[in-house]
Amino acid sequence: MDTAHEEWDELVGAALLGTGRRRGGSPEALLDAAAVRTVRRRAGLRPAEAAPRPEPAAHDPRPEPPDAARRRLAQLLAGRTAAGGSGGRRGAAPDLTELLPQWLAAAGRHGYRAPAALVPALLDAARARTDLRPPALALAGARGLWLARLNPDWRFALRGGTGDTGGRPDAADREAVENLWEEGLFAERVALLGTVRAHEPAAAIRLLTTTWATERAEDRLMFLDSLRVGLSPADEEFLESALGDRSRNVRATAAELLSALTGSALAGRMAERALACVGPEGVEPPADCDAGMLRDGVVRRPPAGRGERAWWLGQLVEAAPLSCWRGRFGGLTPAEIVALPVAEGWAEELHAAWCRAAVRQRDPAWSKALLGSASAPPAAGPGTASLAERAKLLSILPDGERAEWVAEFVRAHGLSEAFQLLGVCVVPWAGTLGRAVVDALDTAREAGSYPWSFSGVMGLAERCLDPTEAGRLEALTAASQDPPDASPGAAAYWAEAFQRLVATLRVRAAMLAELTPPG
Amino acid sequence: MTEQEVRWTAEQVLALAPDDVSRKAGGKLGGSGPWSQIGGSASGSLWGLCEGSGSRPYRTVVDLTGPAYKCSCPSRKFPCKHALGLLLVWAAEGVGDPAPAPDWAREWLTGRAEKTARPSAGQAGPVDEEGARRRAERRAARVGAGVVELERRLTDLLHGGLAGQEQAGYAGWEETAARMVDAQAPGLAARVRELGTIPGCGPGWPARMLEEFALLHLLNKAWLGVSGLPEQLAATTRNRVGVPVSAEGEVVRDRWLVLAQYDSVSPDGRLTTRRIWLRGQESGRPALVLDFGPPGRPPGLALPIGLVWEAEARFRPGSAGLRVDLGERLSAATPGTGAPAGIGTAAALEAYGTALRVDPWLESWPVVLGPVVPIPGEAGWQLADSEGTSALPVPLSGSGSGSRTGLWQLAALSGGGPVTVFGEVGHRGFTPLTAWQPGSAEPIPLV
Repeated sequence: MDTAHEEWDELVGAALLGTGRRRGGSPEALLDAAAVRTVRRRAGLRPAEAAPRPEPAAHDPRPEPPDAARRRLAQLLAGRTAAGGSGGRRGAAPDLTELLPQWLAAAGRHGYRAPAALVPALLDAARARTDLRPPALALAGARGLWLARLNPDWRFALRGGTGDTGGRPDAADREAVENLWEEGLFAERVALLGTVRAHEPAAAIRLLTTTWATERAEDRLMFLDSLRVGLSPADEEFLESALGDRSRNVRATAAELLSALTGSALAGRMAERALACVGPEGVEPPADCDAGMLRDGVVRRPPAGRGERAWWLGQLVEAAPLSCWRGRFGGLTPAEIVALPVAEGWAEELHAAWCRAAVRQRDPAWSKALLGSASAPPAAGPGTASLAERAKLLSILPDGERAEWVAEFVRAHGLSEAFQLLGVCVVPWAGTLGRAVVDALDTAREAGSYPWSFSGVMGLAERCLDPTEAGRLEALTAASQDPPDASPGAAAYWAEAFQRLVATLRVRAAMLAELTPPG
Repeated sequence: MTEQEVRWTAEQVLALAPDDVSRKAGGKLGGSGPWSQIGGSASGSLWGLCEGSGSRPYRTVVDLTGPAYKCSCPSRKFPCKHALGLLLVWAAEGVGDPAPAPDWAREWLTGRAEKTARPSAGQAGPVDEEGARRRAERRAARVGAGVVELERRLTDLLHGGLAGQEQAGYAGWEETAARMVDAQAPGLAARVRELGTIPGCGPGWPARMLEEFALLHLLNKAWLGVSGLPEQLAATTRNRVGVPVSAEGEVVRDRWLVLAQYDSVSPDGRLTTRRIWLRGQESGRPALVLDFGPPGRPPGLALPIGLVWEAEARFRPGSAGLRVDLGERLSAATPGTGAPAGIGTAAALEAYGTALRVDPWLESWPVVLGPVVPIPGEAGWQLADSEGTSALPVPLSGSGSGSRTGLWQLAALSGGGPVTVFGEVGHRGFTPLTAWQPGSAEPIPLV
């Protein structure tokens, strides 16, 4: 320590203790000395020693978006925190929050990178909304990963999902992969497994096998679960071995994955059991849950309120490949099979199991058959009346058919039950679907209820309607007289809600126009 | 519009907004949808009719040279959302060829032009010099009594020792501050009020407390001997104590580039101070414009970052030659052409040290630093010269600046490479306010 420091420390010591307790010093002298010292220190400041500088970020060759689009992104990111949660009436102003994901998607399609100054705000947005992560991180690119390595708040960006390795070893670098697999944190290992699997599926299984026996049960379950993505017959052997696992949850997950592989031995065994129970002659549920069924993942004890045999039957049918039924029913199509009468009491169980099987095996023909006609009352449908399960079935259908089916559902039943179904449709909504929704909103308005009963659908429409619909909506924005039996003021509120919808669509159209492809 | 009229960017327009609400509201009026009869003149004015909730559209006029605004809407915000919207429309798509103003706009525009041409109506009536002198003497006496009282308080405390201050709380200092207000020394009152917060700022507080005591003591001494000080130091002393300085300041006519603008709110939340940093394009002189907003209202003055105005700036005596009053702007604003030339970390500290010679109470000095590399660190951030081993620390807690968000934005801009940064350098380090990416003329505000 140099003398200047010592002097100053002495002065501070004297000030703390008080000059009254020391001989010789007066407060004035102390202040004089401190003043000289303070000003001298400030005037004589020297730069500090620089800490190690960060490695520069990798170069991102993609262009920045045009000025107008850049400003729009800044506006959308700034509005992200402010707009939400205001509650109550929202007025006629456009809703900007919903536009952010679409901006990101469009910019990504054009091959732009995020403007550097906006990358932190983008990472913050992605941190708060997981659905934004893939497009936001893709756009943020190398600069985003560089920042994420410096700021723990953005660590999530390093966990992959962007197709970028984010500091993980190259999947082909065997030694580095094995090192990270041995020593990495769990999240890093899951991400690594995904990277290796995308590179070479068999290598991922090999990697998993090296440590499988020593992993904790909950980790085994998570690793197994990560195999869902890109599941293929090459995984069967490993999954089959996991059927003998110590943990019941691991066994059940392995069985579920094997049954999704319709060509697997497990699927074959389940088909055999299911075909013995269900056929044109009727339904005869299994009499017992034997050891083989248990090994293949059937759960013996039913939940409260369900019969044992029905419970077992449901699990067998759910796990059996749907393709096995055609032969069993003499060559009938899925729709014809579903339409067959079923012995009293078993129809619900059987159809529900088929629904689960159709979703698990991603079988559009069966999904369509089980959904039945969209215009029929939901309770009369062949598969299930549950909207959540219908939404799952819908998600298996090709885009166009999905939109058609939901459009017809909306035309027949209005909007009150359509929310979940609309949620699985592709954005922007196809023309027929958009028109069906707008017509249904118009009908609801004429019926005189308040628009906030439909705020969920309105929100979806703001996000999902094709901007070209704005012109057709214009006619609905004029305030009309309340119908005689309407709730007071409803017409004005509807006009406002439609104005907001139109405004949002117009902003969206402008936004997409600003994001022109790079020249 | 003529060729002088380089259009502003939307950011520059939005920087004029008095608050966030206006910024959003203005943004929504920034499309041509609600507007009709939009036009502009060759002399730098804009007008338009904006559809509102009433039956008659609002009449909005903007004089870009001010900028000054006039709108028939009832808003008390300045500029109102309509003026912002009109500017945004202009920024985005222009307003077509220059045209004569419609009647409703012309009246106000002509009035403004006349007012600008008239010499400022100062020095009205004969000056009561004798009265003014006596008033100044009376005030000096009151301030002097306050200074003596404060000095006694400081020495008494040091006699007994500062050790008890951690428990003493603000109350004692609040009372002393009130006494300084009574003594008509608001500058002393503000410094005294700050003292009360120091024992709560953690380890190292005794040293900070002693520094503040020492600087107050220096100010007290300076005041008591003010008649013997060189003119500039005397003016600085009066300034710091809070006594108005009547002397005429130096007038510099230059093209002023707006480098930064940020607000800070007084600890009691009652007063918003807006700092606008300028730099003369020709003279290279830094200048600080201050504006104040009463409770609940933002300050009225707003100058968008990155624009350049030709204007006369009157430098107030004292205050290290930074504080100016901006005269009537003599040209419409044009966007700046790039990042100003920067200096290294050592030169920045030297500039601060030099400025302390005329104002030892100066907390910081404005500098353009560059090329520098931001170094994020868990213990603290640094800005390092792009070559060599010198760096300046970035204070994380400060008077409303040095925000984490701004720092990360700065890091994002740099990507580990060199950038040019404008900010305030002082004894605590460098607070970044504005940054430029290499190869881009566009300033990015960090606060």
